[in-house]
Amino acid sequence: MTISKRQGKGKNAVLHRYLPMTEEDKQEMLKTIGVASIDDLFADIPEQVRFRGELKVKPAKSEPELWKELAALAKKNASVKQYVSFLGAGVYDHYIPVVVDHVLSRSEFYTAYTPYQPEISQGELQAIFEFQTMVCELTGMDVANSSMYDGGTALAEAVLLSAAHTKRKKVLISTAVHPQYREVVRTYAKGQKLEVKEIPYDGGITDLKALEAEMGDDVACVVVQYPNFFGQIELLNAIAPLAHEKKSLFVVASNPLALGVLTPPGAFGADIVVGDMQPFGIPTQFGGPHCGYFAVKAPLMRKIPGRLVGQTTDEDGRRGFVLTLQAREQHIRRDKATSNICSNQALNALAASVALSALGKRGVKEMAAMNIQKAHYAKVELEKRGLSSPFAGPFFNEFVIRLGRPVSEVNDRLLEKGIIGGYDLGADYPELAGHMLVAVTELRTKEEIDRFVNELGDGHA
Amino acid sequence: MRNDQPLIFERSKPGRIAYSLPALDVPAVDVSELVPADYLRTEEPELPEVSELDLMRHYTALSKRNHGVDSGFYPLGSCTMKYNPKINENVARLAGFAHIHPLQPEKTVQGALELMYDLQEHLKEITGMDAVTLQPAAGAHGEWTGLMMIRAYHEANGDFNRTKVIVPDSAHGTNPASATVAGFETVTVKSTADGLVDLEDLKRVVGPDTAALMLTNPNTLGLFEEHIVEMAEIVHKAGGKLYYDGANLNAILGKARPGDMGFDVVHLNLHKTFTGPHGGGGPGSGPVGVKADLVPFLPKPVIEKGENGYYLDDDRPQSIGRVKPFYGNFGINVRAYTYIRSMGPDGLKAVSEYAVLNANYMMRRLAEYYDLPYDRHCKHEFVLSGRRQKKLGVRTLDIAKRLLDFGFHPPTIYFPLIVEECMMIEPTETESKETLDAFIDAMIQIAKEAEENPEIVQEAPHTTVVKRLDETTAARKPILRYQKPTHRDN
Repeated sequence: MTISKRQGKGKNAVLHRYLPMTEEDKQEMLKTIGVASIDDLFADIPEQVRFRGELKVKPAKSEPELWKELAALAKKNASVKQYVSFLGAGVYDHYIPVVVDHVLSRSEFYTAYTPYQPEISQGELQAIFEFQTMVCELTGMDVANSSMYDGGTALAEAVLLSAAHTKRKKVLISTAVHPQYREVVRTYAKGQKLEVKEIPYDGGITDLKALEAEMGDDVACVVVQYPNFFGQIELLNAIAPLAHEKKSLFVVASNPLALGVLTPPGAFGADIVVGDMQPFGIPTQFGGPHCGYFAVKAPLMRKIPGRLVGQTTDEDGRRGFVLTLQAREQHIRRDKATSNICSNQALNALAASVALSALGKRGVKEMAAMNIQKAHYAKVELEKRGLSSPFAGPFFNEFVIRLGRPVSEVNDRLLEKGIIGGYDLGADYPELAGHMLVAVTELRTKEEIDRFVNELGDGHA
Repeated sequence: MRNDQPLIFERSKPGRIAYSLPALDVPAVDVSELVPADYLRTEEPELPEVSELDLMRHYTALSKRNHGVDSGFYPLGSCTMKYNPKINENVARLAGFAHIHPLQPEKTVQGALELMYDLQEHLKEITGMDAVTLQPAAGAHGEWTGLMMIRAYHEANGDFNRTKVIVPDSAHGTNPASATVAGFETVTVKSTADGLVDLEDLKRVVGPDTAALMLTNPNTLGLFEEHIVEMAEIVHKAGGKLYYDGANLNAILGKARPGDMGFDVVHLNLHKTFTGPHGGGGPGSGPVGVKADLVPFLPKPVIEKGENGYYLDDDRPQSIGRVKPFYGNFGINVRAYTYIRSMGPDGLKAVSEYAVLNANYMMRRLAEYYDLPYDRHCKHEFVLSGRRQKKLGVRTLDIAKRLLDFGFHPPTIYFPLIVEECMMIEPTETESKETLDAFIDAMIQIAKEAEENPEIVQEAPHTTVVKRLDETTAARKPILRYQKPTHRDN
């Protein structure tokens, strides 16, 4: 049904529930403006580029009709709530405290713009200030910004910052960093004509000898992931000195949940720590929007990209919060800016803050520990069934398992049993064809893990 | 210092919790046996410890200290602060959209791919382009993606000397910043006294080193660039590409299409024109549309429709590469799609008609009280200058702060840079005449106050939870995080 059939009559006619002007309003306004019709207001669009006729878009649907159609479309997807998922690879099915969505649904938050008028934006500004604090606490860093698009673009911006800060053009990145993050880094690097050199992994972690061999005075930064793409715990205490010896920056991409139990990168001397807050209160939603975070040590404070909130006082001495150090940003520096980020992921940063407040000091630790324990249980059980892992090092909530046949075949079979299997590593790592990256979060029960182990161990794999 | 509103950390009491995890059901192994000692965290992160009610009261209190579109009028120019329909929120939260993993087998996410494909088809039609990617996460990300494609296009033609991007002096700050990040040098083209791009100056700056001209149309003054066809010709003749900044698309839906005007690349801000909420600064979504000759350079992956359904194509040898992990801000794209399907073709056209009607109505009614630097019909937004009030000692900043006392969010101020004491007002189509009139009345009263009682404007706001904040000290001695007080501080 098109909306034109739904309008009322005469002076009370309106076009749509989102468009409040009545015919009477419109006539009064046209009179004030001094034109006869709305078309007169578009007379400045040259004839030859004026669009005639009707856009070929689908006709409008009423609210119940549209709801029915889109609910049916959503049902065509297999959700991780309906299936049992062992898929991670950078995006995880975690416990989201129900309070998160109740807070996010406060429209004072979600219908606001960037807090450029601090007097009527104290709520958002304070929430960001709290978020910045939580990121600093988790990562062991001095300063965190208000968020980035996601972990991958945050890492790319960390590389750009490193190159600008060191005035060097070479970037060393471990192949044990998320393959898609590395691809994003390469795309960003092209714009700045940076050389991106990949350092191989050995035994599931960055090959330190290969890294040492590539180190030189031309290296802007060394980039590793912790825990890395395979779930393994990188030797940050050995990598940091290699980077710093050549005055290169040490950049670590980190799953923030893992930092509930792992020593934070800041304690090992990381200069920049980035990652994605998705594990805290943000649904998988087909890969976005998630929430990048970006944290630095104090000397890099004035070079951090994106928005920063700072504490100050008002004329009466009350504590308040403002966007600060804006001289770094694109709207002031324009073509001198080192980052073009404007919109960020504020609402998802709020989601992460609420989840972190709900979990609190004890919950973050407990949840992180459950991930480690359940993932280790799953690996041990798989090994008991004769499956093996190519990597023996300590890991967080993901590990690699060798299957006897193509991962896609195994995953097809699992799907029939209501299980979404792990990630097929063969596409990104040809040497790991037939290997599956398995993620086990706190949401997987022992019964589900046992079922998964049985399916893989029953000679199917 | 008075701490009227405690931080969540200040509400914390050791032991309190607001979560509920199941008991561990696998054999308990101490984490210290699984993680080497060096890597086992010893110092706990200082996170809040609150009950569930404490948490809800905290965030409810914060929300009350925030102004959104649902709280009141928000005529922030170039930001298109229109109503965010509630059905969009419900649709985006359906489990089949909110809880799907980006790396699931394609056959298990056909509904998501279908929605993305159909959204792309709709955006192609609305903009008049040949292909659309949904990958970029926001407008600035879209600008950079588009420029990287233009660069790849020139280089594929063996043309390595196109190092410059031309940007009007009225452009959004992201335009020159995106050009820089994409590795280009920015050249500024001047505006005429009429507020349009100076064609003579454009002819002067364009040349064999021109990669592209970035343009917003209507521009940031709210004026339609009438000479767009000549401009396209000038740029194309020199071998450059024309880039459309879609921040102001809300003015021309169903009225004119960037593709028909000669633009080669377009980015859209789905969180502006297409009602993805702004979320206090994001997440947004910044799809990019291109003409046929730029299709090979689209970021990876591209959604295709095959015999067995929809699939993601990664085999794109000329692609600029991946600009973001996974497939863009899907959740925002779901909201934009829901909106487009709620409006239909005549609804979308009506959106722009009312956005333009509302802006012109406000402009005419306010022209008597504030200087109108460009006296002609505007599109979806217009600019006023506060220079008349400045002579009375009242700055545009003061006017903005005084508007807070009336419950309104102020316009965008001091932008574009080419207008003295600028106020950029964008009412959007979703506001009623009563709301526009109430805002106009407040602006008229403020103009009168500037003449009769300037202190009340200069000292505003009077009714907000905090008064004007000391931004200088905030930048000079930055406090960017909470520190737990030591005993000495207590």
